[in-house]
Amino acid sequence: MSFPPRTQDIALDVLRDMVRIRRLEERAGELYGEGKIRGFLHLYIGEEAVAVGVLHALAADDAVVATYREHGHALIKGVSINAIMAEMYGRQEGCSRGRGGSMHLFDAGTRFFGGNAIVAGGLPLTVGLALAERMQGGSRVSVCFFGEGAMAEGAFHESINLAALWQLPMLFCCENNLYAMGTALDRSQSQTDLCAKASAYKVDARAVDGMDVIAVHEAACDAVEHIRAGRGPFFLECRTYRFRAHSMFDPQLYRDKDEVEQWKARGPIHAYSTRLKAEGLLDEPGFLAILSQVDAEVEAAVTYAENGSLEPLEDLSRDVYTPRAAS
Amino acid sequence: MSTRMSYREALREAMGEALERDPRVFMMGEDVGRYGGSYAVSLGLLEAFGPERIRDTPLSELGFVGAGIGAALGGMRPIVEIMTVNFSLLALDPLINTAAALRHMSGGQFSVPMVVRMATGAGRQLAAQHSHSLEGWYAHIPGLKILAPATVEDARGMLWPALEDPDPVLIFEHAQLYNLEGETGEWETVDINRAKVRRAGKDLTLITYGGTLGKALAAAQELAAEGIDCEVIDLRVLRPLDDETLMASVCKTRRALVVDEGWRSGSLSAEIITRIIEQSFFELDAPPARVCSAETPIPYPRHLEEAALPQVSTIVAAARQLCQGHQDEHSDAAYSNSEPGR
Repeated sequence: MSFPPRTQDIALDVLRDMVRIRRLEERAGELYGEGKIRGFLHLYIGEEAVAVGVLHALAADDAVVATYREHGHALIKGVSINAIMAEMYGRQEGCSRGRGGSMHLFDAGTRFFGGNAIVAGGLPLTVGLALAERMQGGSRVSVCFFGEGAMAEGAFHESINLAALWQLPMLFCCENNLYAMGTALDRSQSQTDLCAKASAYKVDARAVDGMDVIAVHEAACDAVEHIRAGRGPFFLECRTYRFRAHSMFDPQLYRDKDEVEQWKARGPIHAYSTRLKAEGLLDEPGFLAILSQVDAEVEAAVTYAENGSLEPLEDLSRDVYTPRAAS
Repeated sequence: MSTRMSYREALREAMGEALERDPRVFMMGEDVGRYGGSYAVSLGLLEAFGPERIRDTPLSELGFVGAGIGAALGGMRPIVEIMTVNFSLLALDPLINTAAALRHMSGGQFSVPMVVRMATGAGRQLAAQHSHSLEGWYAHIPGLKILAPATVEDARGMLWPALEDPDPVLIFEHAQLYNLEGETGEWETVDINRAKVRRAGKDLTLITYGGTLGKALAAAQELAAEGIDCEVIDLRVLRPLDDETLMASVCKTRRALVVDEGWRSGSLSAEIITRIIEQSFFELDAPPARVCSAETPIPYPRHLEEAALPQVSTIVAAARQLCQGHQDEHSDAAYSNSEPGR
């Protein structure tokens, strides 16, 4: 077993990034329990290989649109962990001034366009970003992450049709975690072969093991190459699994504990760190060092958020409209 | 120099000029290209500007309105055409959950400089799925700016300032107006923040916009012959409302009648009257009144459609009733003179 050349140089970065997401999410869950974070909180635990594998295949100025389970995507896209944590705390030092919370992380500087809490709502938006890029003659790719549940929405079908019709530089990244909240794929969609749906729109499609970060990264690199070469949009299905509840209010009546345990045994961080050790690229002290570095980073973010300030009440209606210079 | 043209031509000229002036501007919508626009507004633009900038879309209101938002975020200045306001309901999610909310929700990071144009209104026997006036409903939404050009001049002059606006602007074109002829100056842009007094008067303020402006002006003329001198205000901007112009007029005439083709319950007309009550109650000589559409889906047969909509006759009747006391006052010189501050 050896590493593909494209992954060799980033082998440890990829591990570190998955651990960063894992620890950020675990800490967020704890802080929710302490009442520090409120509203809805959707954790990405179990799905880390998807965001990390795909985002490592992108250039820094490519555009990313994600869902309400987007802390990990924001983090790996380059949004500051301090600003992410402060956002979840509702502090004005947050990446959306604290106004969006967990579901609405935004960052213009890294071209991270949310944080969309309407299932499939990010898809038409990404079509537009890709259209603008094409019309302006640029070569940046626009990526939309969405769950398999979004593929039952009209927005998915309208968006992939538009992207294919106009041959736009867009990556459709489906995070198939098998459940749309609590509704299993085969209970909600007549065609469960998701790539077949994309192919029906003449979009090149590929399914990949979303628990294997290297497989995801390889597939994403190929997809991005395809898109940058001007060969139209690409659909990538990453087969993954959410280890935690849908949100913090979910008793998980819809799935067996055995099923969850079976998927956890394939956990992306465990599998990948085992592989790195087998390849001689990592040892246990090295792994523990990564864990403690990441923990320090996450704790620093918590401290930053704790010390953050609340937006003054007089700013409540600021930015409903764009301020304009008096004419 | 002013030119005579139709409302449709005015819109087309405004778009042509915007397309020439700013390479970021492009247009998309159903049948805007080869067909020339369902109301022929964009006729000829495809030939002039090509298919990249006059972009025919599939029947996907949700998709292409959402794409308009993304294109605006990506640095373009899209003009998105939706055939009618009824079809815009298929795009409510991107319009309200994204376009209107994005700037505030992102802490001021992302503005959405998109213009959406659509036809609205009844009067052509198109029945209940092509005839409604839902612009007042959109005016409920913070983050949107809502325009309703009622004249050729406004059709010509509102588009450019709308494109210059950094936030999403929805332009509602009453379908009965496309053939309206009128004068417009060359490159006159309109102040898209203010209402406009279309007729000065002293006895009663008629407040209206869009497709009912003509009816209100006709009613004012009829009422003038009876000695009721109406001021007619064209709102032009449904959000944000120009309270200043409204109150200045109402405080002068002391009577207000709102004419709106939308329904009355939970409506724009209700909002306007509430503002008048809140801000000018003690200046009023009579309770404000309104003429709105009947609370039914708009029916197909002509006689029922006409009965459902505000008409010159119903505006005149409501105005007369509102001015009943006023005319009595005029007939009683002693009473009239005895009131202070008149």
